[in-house]
Amino acid sequence: MYKEICAKYAPNKDNLIYILHDIQDTHPQHYVSSEAVHEISEYLTLPENHIYGVLTFYSMYSTTPRGKNIIRLCESPPCYIKGSYNILRKLKTLLGVGVGETTKDGNFTLELCACLGVCGNAPVMMINDDVYGDLSEEKVEDIIDKIRGRN
Amino acid sequence: MAKNVNVWIDGQHLEVPDDMTIIEAADKHGIYIPRLCYHPDLPPTANCGVCVVELSGVPVPKRACCTPVAEGMKITSNSKKLRSYRKTLVEMILSHHEVVCPTCAANNKCELQTLANNLGVDPYALPNILVMKEVDYSSPAIIRDPNKCISCGRCITVCNEVQTVYALTNSDRGINSEITTAFGLGMNNSPCVACGQCTVYCPTGALRERSELDDVWDAILDPDKHVIVQEAPSIRVSLGEEFGMPFGSVTPKKMYAALRKIGFDSVMDTNFTADLTIMEEGTECVNNLKAGRKRPLITSCSPGWIKFMETYYPDLADCVSTAKSPMSMFGVLAKTYYADEHGIDPAKIVSVAIMPCTAKKFEARRPELSDSGYQDTDFVLTTREFLRMIKEAGIDFANIPEEEPDEGMSFYTGAGTIFGATGGVMEAAIRSAYTLVTGEELENVNIMAVRGMEGVKEATVNIPGFGDLKVAVAHGLGNARKVMDQVREGLKTKGESPWHFIEIMACPGGCVGGGGQPFGNDIASRARRGLALYEEDRSLPVRKSHHNPEVLKVYEKFLGAPNSELAHKLLHTHYFKRSISTGQVVEEATHKHH
Repeated sequence: MYKEICAKYAPNKDNLIYILHDIQDTHPQHYVSSEAVHEISEYLTLPENHIYGVLTFYSMYSTTPRGKNIIRLCESPPCYIKGSYNILRKLKTLLGVGVGETTKDGNFTLELCACLGVCGNAPVMMINDDVYGDLSEEKVEDIIDKIRGRN
Repeated sequence: MAKNVNVWIDGQHLEVPDDMTIIEAADKHGIYIPRLCYHPDLPPTANCGVCVVELSGVPVPKRACCTPVAEGMKITSNSKKLRSYRKTLVEMILSHHEVVCPTCAANNKCELQTLANNLGVDPYALPNILVMKEVDYSSPAIIRDPNKCISCGRCITVCNEVQTVYALTNSDRGINSEITTAFGLGMNNSPCVACGQCTVYCPTGALRERSELDDVWDAILDPDKHVIVQEAPSIRVSLGEEFGMPFGSVTPKKMYAALRKIGFDSVMDTNFTADLTIMEEGTECVNNLKAGRKRPLITSCSPGWIKFMETYYPDLADCVSTAKSPMSMFGVLAKTYYADEHGIDPAKIVSVAIMPCTAKKFEARRPELSDSGYQDTDFVLTTREFLRMIKEAGIDFANIPEEEPDEGMSFYTGAGTIFGATGGVMEAAIRSAYTLVTGEELENVNIMAVRGMEGVKEATVNIPGFGDLKVAVAHGLGNARKVMDQVREGLKTKGESPWHFIEIMACPGGCVGGGGQPFGNDIASRARRGLALYEEDRSLPVRKSHHNPEVLKVYEKFLGAPNSELAHKLLHTHYFKRSISTGQVVEEATHKHH
């Protein structure tokens, strides 16, 4: 599987970032495994420790398996001032996990992130590719329930 | 072409080439700019900021390690502002450093400790915010302690750029950034070859050998054990300066005396098995040449090189001499030949090796190196550990009267002693291979073309009856990679290697620059220690391995002849293919002769 993804890109190291994204996005657990790094290393003739360095430098990549839905709550100052801390507490209670953890059913992973660029709607979070703004504790509960209902 | 420019450091006028950095220019003229992460052997990483200087007309201070000189530059290396910056930087480093200096392996040698002391830094100026991380004890050779790491990045540079081993890397960023192995699996689950160059360049005690000192003391203090010790060639030129003797003093007989005083039951010498290695490897080489083999023969003494080869070049494992290293030959003979000769139960023999090397600790633990029926080498101490041992025993090394070693496995020739310098094994081998091919003695034994610190050395030696013997010598694994790539390419495209015989040593400078050598083991001191070995070679009565009387006696009384069946059983080994991801054995790459 990893070999096929690699083969979509020319084998030069400039494509590392794209390959890592592609592998993470297509993995059902949204992460880049050591096996994947080994395949990329062979394909790009790039040492595995270098790839690991890149992989951990960017917070958008994960080296551990994650849930089906990834929640990224903004922790930058505007969201913080508008109460992101309360939202975080609510999310932790609702999901029963801490930051960086995945729910037992594998449905959600809770993460913090830097500014999402919609400070006008602070506090803000993203779930997968969707942005949710003007969050309140009630609104968060609704959103999580809806996603749970979809499954 | 660099042209000269005029610069002024603290008012002193200097004329320096314009391809220099400020710190290089200052060092060249004896002006000291405080520094921490910078090391003259390595490209600058500019991580610590301690070497900041002020440039007139430039509003902010610049790092001297990575700022090139320019015409008319006026540099201030010391000012109230710079002193304050430097102090703050060191205070910040100390605030997330595990400050346990008295018991640290790097105590008194630590560059952070020295700098903090020189700058008069208050260690409690800032609260300590260190979050203790797990120490990596996975490797049998090297301990990596992230709590003492200051993220200077020297280990990463030497591991990736000099040695091209690709074990260590930076992970994450900002305050979470740390130096680790891929996926944090530990040194023993990475391509680390245990060469220990990271321990040499680490300015603190974050990277160090896994000490076996307590085990060795326990054996010495156990009356039921017979403890036999061997010392590698480099050790005898690396001890003196720690005790106030001139750098590179040649001190084999003080070394024997110290070992006997410490309490070793039998004091012998690895140099003896270096000569034995020449007999085995030289015979193998000559047999190859006579058979017209297109594949080269490559030396096998350096355990860091062997693991590197098993990881990155397992397809060429059959080109590597099957001869065990001098250490392992000594180990197996200690528990067979020596035990027989002295009527000692080999189960009671504890075989200790003092090595300039961290990878020897890994080698000693290879399960296949047990042809004596026991683990051939029980414990390996680095030069650094041995120095601690001498100090713990309270020995006045500089003034200890010289003593001879015990007989049987200690006589050595000049050929054996130069094993410790890059090119030495090649030179020693040529001295004997010449005789093995022609039946005559080589007149001029000094083969200058393979000496010196150039990364890859090549030479052609005319051997009557054979023709031109093409040889190459590489030291440092980055240089080994260059040579091996050419061998692989040559075999693939032309069906033959560019060289017949190749010496490879994992560490720059050879064993004198080993990962277990005393602190301050920079390229310049490696070169000087190498020269000390060549001096000893010149002073010795016998300079060719095939004239070593004790070696001849081992063959006569025990082994038969070089490459005999018993020699093959005891003195030769085989190699494995290892995973590039984890360094673990995948399968056998070559088979042992039976």
